Amino acid sequence: MDRIPILRMGNLLLVTIQIDLYDRLATNLESDLVQMVSKTQAKGVLIDISALSIVDSFMGRILGNIGSMSKILDAETVVVGMQPAVAITLIELGLELKGVHTALNVEKGMELLRIKIGPDEETDSDEDSPE
Amino acid sequence: MKIVLSKDRMRIEREQDVVPFRARVKEMAVKIGMSLVNQTKLITAASELVRNMLKYAHGGIVVMEIISQGRDNGIRLVFQDHGPGIPDTQLAMKDGYSTGKSLGIGLPGAKRLVNEFDLKSKVGEGTTVSIIKWKNG
Repeated sequence: MDRIPILRMGNLLLVTIQIDLYDRLATNLESDLVQMVSKTQAKGVLIDISALSIVDSFMGRILGNIGSMSKILDAETVVVGMQPAVAITLIELGLELKGVHTALNVEKGMELLRIKIGPDEETDSDEDSPE
Repeated sequence: MKIVLSKDRMRIEREQDVVPFRARVKEMAVKIGMSLVNQTKLITAASELVRNMLKYAHGGIVVMEIISQGRDNGIRLVFQDHGPGIPDTQLAMKDGYSTGKSLGIGLPGAKRLVNEFDLKSKVGEGTTVSIIKWKNG
């Protein structure tokens, strides 16, 4: 089955959506991402949607769900790279992307995540877990 | 008067049909030189309506036309299904109302994104939604 790859970078998870998603792919991404957040104890999720030509209410809901579910698991979500035409359409459609932060591009998104979750402390992160 | 310049139809039966359908709509919009913002609005509206058709009526047929009125060209999409129909179309057009577990912005949202929107439904017979997006609308 097709899946969108999720990359791990320190305590962040990166997803680049390169193709127009059909529903199953989007719902798979939602569950894969949430499981990855839990498994890797990621603190931040960055989703690049610059290749998406449209975001309809279904896709909007998936993005919102990812944001809310990650939040419950103590991770922040940033959606980056939205095309201006998509932003215009989303607002007219009446969809607010609740639960996710947005940034213009990957670089700004990473910056935002770094501010939100503080510095990456991967080397000493297991110090406080008693063995 | 609206003149039909070209006509095409597509059967929608599965969720996998949605992406190729959107691609077809985009192709038509590009062909008449529609701006990117209007293209995006049209395709998003079409996506909402085709999704409704799949969800509530297990699919149907979309008639896709390039039409002309005066100096303006546009795209007309007619979504026809033989699903259960909508008992209260006025209520269905209200923001936030949904009988499914969606956000309830599909129909009213789609209406906001296009220039003309017409919804006809008969309980037990089906629903027909017709939308038009003008190239410069």
